[in-house]
Amino acid sequence: MAPDQHPIGLRIREGTKVYPGTVALKSANFDLRMGAVNVLVGENGAGKSTMMKVIAGVEQLTSGSIYIGEEEVHLTSTEDAARYGIGIVFQELNLFPNMTVADNIFINREKTRYGIDIDRARQRDETRALMRRLEHDIDPDALVGDLKVGQQQIVEIAKSLAQNARILILDEPTSALSAAEVEILFRVIDELKRDGVGIVYISHRLEELIRVGDYITVLRDGVITGARSMEGVDVSWIVLNMIGDASKDFPKTLDQPFGDEVFRAESVYLPNSSGGFTVNGVSLSLRAGEILGVYGLMGAGRTEFVETVMGRYPHALGRFYVDGKEAKSRHVAGRIGMGLAIIPEDRKQDGLIQLLSIRENMTLSSLGDLSKHGHIDLSKEKKTVGDYVRQLVIKIASPENPVSSLSGGNQQKVVIGKALMTRPKVLLMDEPSRGIDIGAKAEVFRVMRELAAQGLGIIFVTSNLEEVLGLSDRIIVMSNGSITGEFTSETASETGLIAASAVGHAVTHQQKETVT
Amino acid sequence: MTVTRTSSAPAGDASVLLVLLKARTFIALILVTVFFAIFAPNFLSAANLVIMSKHVALNAFLAVGMTFVIISGGIDLSVGSIVGLCGMVAGYLILNGIDLGLGWSIQFNTLEICLIVSAVGIFIGAINAFLITKLNVAPFIATLGTLYVARGAAMLSSDGRTFPNLNGNAEYGSDTYRWIGAGDILGIPVSIWMLIIIGLLAAYIAGRTPLGRFIYAVGGNERAAGLSGVKVNHVKYFVYMFSGLCAALVGIIISSQLAASHPATGDTFELNAIAAAVLGGTSMAGGRGRIGGTIVGAFVIGVLSDGLVMMGVSSFWQTVIKGLVIIAAVVIDQAQQRVQARVALQAQAAVG
Repeated sequence: MAPDQHPIGLRIREGTKVYPGTVALKSANFDLRMGAVNVLVGENGAGKSTMMKVIAGVEQLTSGSIYIGEEEVHLTSTEDAARYGIGIVFQELNLFPNMTVADNIFINREKTRYGIDIDRARQRDETRALMRRLEHDIDPDALVGDLKVGQQQIVEIAKSLAQNARILILDEPTSALSAAEVEILFRVIDELKRDGVGIVYISHRLEELIRVGDYITVLRDGVITGARSMEGVDVSWIVLNMIGDASKDFPKTLDQPFGDEVFRAESVYLPNSSGGFTVNGVSLSLRAGEILGVYGLMGAGRTEFVETVMGRYPHALGRFYVDGKEAKSRHVAGRIGMGLAIIPEDRKQDGLIQLLSIRENMTLSSLGDLSKHGHIDLSKEKKTVGDYVRQLVIKIASPENPVSSLSGGNQQKVVIGKALMTRPKVLLMDEPSRGIDIGAKAEVFRVMRELAAQGLGIIFVTSNLEEVLGLSDRIIVMSNGSITGEFTSETASETGLIAASAVGHAVTHQQKETVT
Repeated sequence: MTVTRTSSAPAGDASVLLVLLKARTFIALILVTVFFAIFAPNFLSAANLVIMSKHVALNAFLAVGMTFVIISGGIDLSVGSIVGLCGMVAGYLILNGIDLGLGWSIQFNTLEICLIVSAVGIFIGAINAFLITKLNVAPFIATLGTLYVARGAAMLSSDGRTFPNLNGNAEYGSDTYRWIGAGDILGIPVSIWMLIIIGLLAAYIAGRTPLGRFIYAVGGNERAAGLSGVKVNHVKYFVYMFSGLCAALVGIIISSQLAASHPATGDTFELNAIAAAVLGGTSMAGGRGRIGGTIVGAFVIGVLSDGLVMMGVSSFWQTVIKGLVIIAAVVIDQAQQRVQARVALQAQAAVG
């Protein structure tokens, strides 16, 4: 595979992207080769998505330049990028569930008769042709909302193909596809390669990357740490570049024995709408002072598991014990009363009420303790909030400001403060470092260690290998809703975790396929 | 708007501007009062003020209940119909009592009648909440449905006729019913005292109780509130039932003031209540609003319409002016949000 066989279609030179409080991309040099699959790999927050958003015109570089061929370009919008033949299939699908497949594919580029009304027949025919090319039998008149997620992904790809994309960016395209669908996608990719289309392929599934990729670029903390042809690349090379030699400074376990079992979950099942289980028979136990890391890929059921523990899904099955007492209440308030507390994954959606002040957000879960006979003791509330703000070192101008004025890291600390105010025995932390900068991450990890030292049991969910290895006393790996591996800090290794997180992917997907 | 200002002076300006914007409804009330004091004869006479505040009170009751509903992220269109239905229930109980069908009937005194009518209002509110929480009907549709049902029930109760002469019967202890609408304590009408009690109660709930905090939380972000342990459904039951109670009180007061109850009473009252809440700074998106603001908003609307009447402005123009005032209020509200966000961000930037 000589480089000249695959001409460079797009280059980024010294590309830097700064967000308020964090550098997402540092002087990156990236070559996108046409007629080949350019694989992009790195952990969450490593800067892959940022780089792709820059190429797709969603975001603009703070400094540095992009060249297409020899010409320097400024991509200020997705339409701009589309004009240069760049199409992107986002991880979060950008489709309109209330419209048909054909409508979605031709959105904003509708085929019209004399520029007046939409030529539905022609749109339908072209959609059918696209679907034939993608070997899918999706009715152009079907509503996108009625399709399975895998099919929706195909519609997204068809949408890019309809624009005659020369460069196609696929952001985790297989995360929701079944094994058979993945095979079809790979065939489509091969065909596109033959047509000379340059494909950027982002995925967490390393085996898959090695199979499909021609060139690989590894990112870590916004820096490109490795870029080469795929020949001779193996999983350990990728992991080494993803994580680096020197592990970052994670606050280490203070040598102290764990306490008694503080939490136990027994056979937790959460049925999903397609007849399977999002959480499939998970049982685990946790001791006081222990940090239990739950590792898994996106969609492994980790988030759903902790939310089930918290009582968010009343239809879920399973038994939960805190300090040996079984949970009676099916509701969140009851679970909080038992001593459980959650730091949700999506701060904006689930963690905070943006309109309310920092003080009101922090005390929301513990107002019962701060009030007597339904009367809030405001001075006590202010004092308690002040105590937690100091303890967690939250940087705020005033607790009366809306919580939306804070940076991500400080918002996360407000959420942690809210959870701690309920004086929990068990803390469930779902991706606690998501969307916050490195400094704030270190702070959050330090807080976690301190809390564990104070005897709290912590279950912490992450898809970041480095974090889970650095912080956990014990690690559980989930895949497809089930526990597929359990490691102590002695037995845990990157390759072991990655292997466990991929267990059962193809198999269960095929089972699902035969059911539906 | 640019957010790139860095010196401290603009922040100071913004703070002053913010105070003015926050007090805008109150400033508007002072302005319209001064305006009518100058241009409308007898506007500031004690008699006129009493009459006017009685008018305002009716809308203010509904608006207070409506404010809670809107803060929680919902809307209650049924209040006007609840006013009508509750008036009819009150009228029926005074005239007929409850006929047990055994040749004799139960008669009630004034207090009992008020309690029963309040219970009817609360019950309709509970139906609204049931539809919204358990059956997942959108608040707009659920309360639109009860709007029609309650109005129809009011019409059915008398075949569309008025219950006249609600003077009560001293024998049953219901002769004091008229006192609610016509009486006064220390020279201030009873209905105003009731508004003061309900207003203070609502303001207390909003500001000093966990329940009040939960109402704001549910309106601000229902998912986050649920995950924080807030019993979202309980909160919704409360706001709709409270709104129903407020509407029932208005039904009692109107039927008592007129000594008659007509089934069409309260038609479109819900729109005035929404207008007062919005004028007072309540956000239709939920999560934001104050009881005090709503009451001032109700006074602005009331003073405006009564003052225009006294100046002899045509009622058609009054409607136009009312609409313009509401639109202006919301436009200014948007400006306030922007200034507020800027001030908070600047303060935060100073901390780093």
